[in-house]
Amino acid sequence: MTSSPPQNARASAALANRRAVWPGRAGHGFVAAYVVLLVAFGVVPTVYAIYFAFTDSGNQFAGLSNFISVASDFRFLPAIGHVAVYLVCWLASLVVFVVGLTLLLHRVASQGVSRALRFVYYIPGALAGAASVMVWLFMLDPTVSPIGFLLRAMGFDTFGQVVAPGNMPILLTMIAFWTGAGGWIVVMYGALNNISPEIIEAARIDGAGPWQIARRIQIPLLRKWIVYMVVLAFAGGTQLFVEPQLLSQASNGVAGRDYSLNQLSYDFAFQNNNVNTAAAISVELLLVGLCVAGVFVARSGFFDAD
Amino acid sequence: MPTDTKRRLKNPLPAVVLVLFAVFFILPVVWLLLAATKTDDQLVHNNPLSFGSWHALKANWDALTGYQDNAVFTWLGNSALYSVITLGITLAVAIPAGYALAMTEFRGRRFLLVATLVVMLMPSATLVVPLFLELNEVHLIGSMWSVILPYSFYPFGVYLTYIYYSTAVPPALLDAARIDGCSEVQVFRRIALPLAAPVVALVGFFSFVANWTNYFLPYVLLPQSDQFPVQVGLGTLLNDVPQFNPTVGTLAVQRPELALATLLAISPVVLVFLFSQRYLVGGMLAGSIKD
Repeated sequence: MTSSPPQNARASAALANRRAVWPGRAGHGFVAAYVVLLVAFGVVPTVYAIYFAFTDSGNQFAGLSNFISVASDFRFLPAIGHVAVYLVCWLASLVVFVVGLTLLLHRVASQGVSRALRFVYYIPGALAGAASVMVWLFMLDPTVSPIGFLLRAMGFDTFGQVVAPGNMPILLTMIAFWTGAGGWIVVMYGALNNISPEIIEAARIDGAGPWQIARRIQIPLLRKWIVYMVVLAFAGGTQLFVEPQLLSQASNGVAGRDYSLNQLSYDFAFQNNNVNTAAAISVELLLVGLCVAGVFVARSGFFDAD
Repeated sequence: MPTDTKRRLKNPLPAVVLVLFAVFFILPVVWLLLAATKTDDQLVHNNPLSFGSWHALKANWDALTGYQDNAVFTWLGNSALYSVITLGITLAVAIPAGYALAMTEFRGRRFLLVATLVVMLMPSATLVVPLFLELNEVHLIGSMWSVILPYSFYPFGVYLTYIYYSTAVPPALLDAARIDGCSEVQVFRRIALPLAAPVVALVGFFSFVANWTNYFLPYVLLPQSDQFPVQVGLGTLLNDVPQFNPTVGTLAVQRPELALATLLAISPVVLVFLFSQRYLVGGMLAGSIKD
């Protein structure tokens, strides 16, 4: 996965030379439309969010008062807690199960079986968004669920009992894992395929079992991909909205409609008509997103620009 | 030392784990397919994995299409319209941009690249409320462009294209065309674009699925039911299922109809999935390893 430094340096030099030979405005023409969209739907909303977060309803500068009113809202700390607990469950299950399943799949001798399993794992990815929540509303309703017997055995007789706030992190993790894991398994599997068989063979000759090969060779070589997955999943996880929103709607508020930060932001903007406070939440989420993105871009080398 | 095969025969655990997860992933899908063929009563009392009847499927279909005067088709049509226009704009914008970032030199190139990476890692949901404020200012709320334009901005597509060109297309090919007297536009149209077929397909696939399954943005930006895409429509249907919302009035929708609507809502994505499955399993990784 890594090439030797001299080769890299030569490649970059060649790249720079090639670009230098053909300078001019052509590049600007090709990116113009993209830059317009980037400004209109990336930069302007960000600036807007910052502007609104620091002003009041009369467009007067308000200092940090919007941030203070968010922080002192009784729903804010719980919402942060909910998202944090969910993120821990979601990221942990993603890392453990995606890596574990990929390693197991990779050991399946029959290509056909391995392919078929990957496809099966991948199918729920087609049910992203509201559709996956609809499916899980049924799965979590003991009266109609195919695993109703399991739910009843665990003492849940009604949908309302299942979606009780205490269970939400697990439920949201299950929904997200169900829709998202398959795609990552496909990606990781491909990355495993890129590990040269000679390395594995050499380790085997040296007496390494499957467990040692996984721990000392395969997982370290997957590290970059695991970090990439965790960062994207983290960024996506902080945005939690549709799942808790629809679960709340279906349970008549047993699962609260202020469960996640984005729900809270939505509530401020459209129920309380307080866009300034909503914007303050957006700015906070953006800051978290920027920090994560910054750390990732700087540390991982995944996005080596040249 | 035992060979791999002998080990597996001795230890059934890996196979059991793989099969259990297969069941976890597939069971809800199978259930959903079957649920559409049952009456609500059968849904509760029959075996969850039994087939209902074609008659019940027809009845569910009639009830669903009768809901608010074919609303479900209106929603599906909206989804198709929004997704396809967005897809078109995304491809027209992202492919040249990714190409230019990888293959040409211009002032601001590095900055644009870093901006793309940063924006790519910040999912657009954070910006939904600010987007609402922005679009409200320019009086686009309630217009279909209020969801199409923001979603046409797809930095991930630009990034994929950038990676593809930097790794899969030899620069000498383009240089040869330049020496033969092609202008930059001709180089792109005659050489680079035809070579980009795999990445066009990949960006198109991801963009289509993202647009089709998008919920938060249209939920906030489109006020009227007849403008909803099908994802938001599902939420409306859910509101009228008495088992999930006891306050519902005469509009009641039964659970099998909701299951049927969900099936309809996912069918285009499933079709695209099935057609591109072979391609994706390989193609998802094309260009993913840089060296």
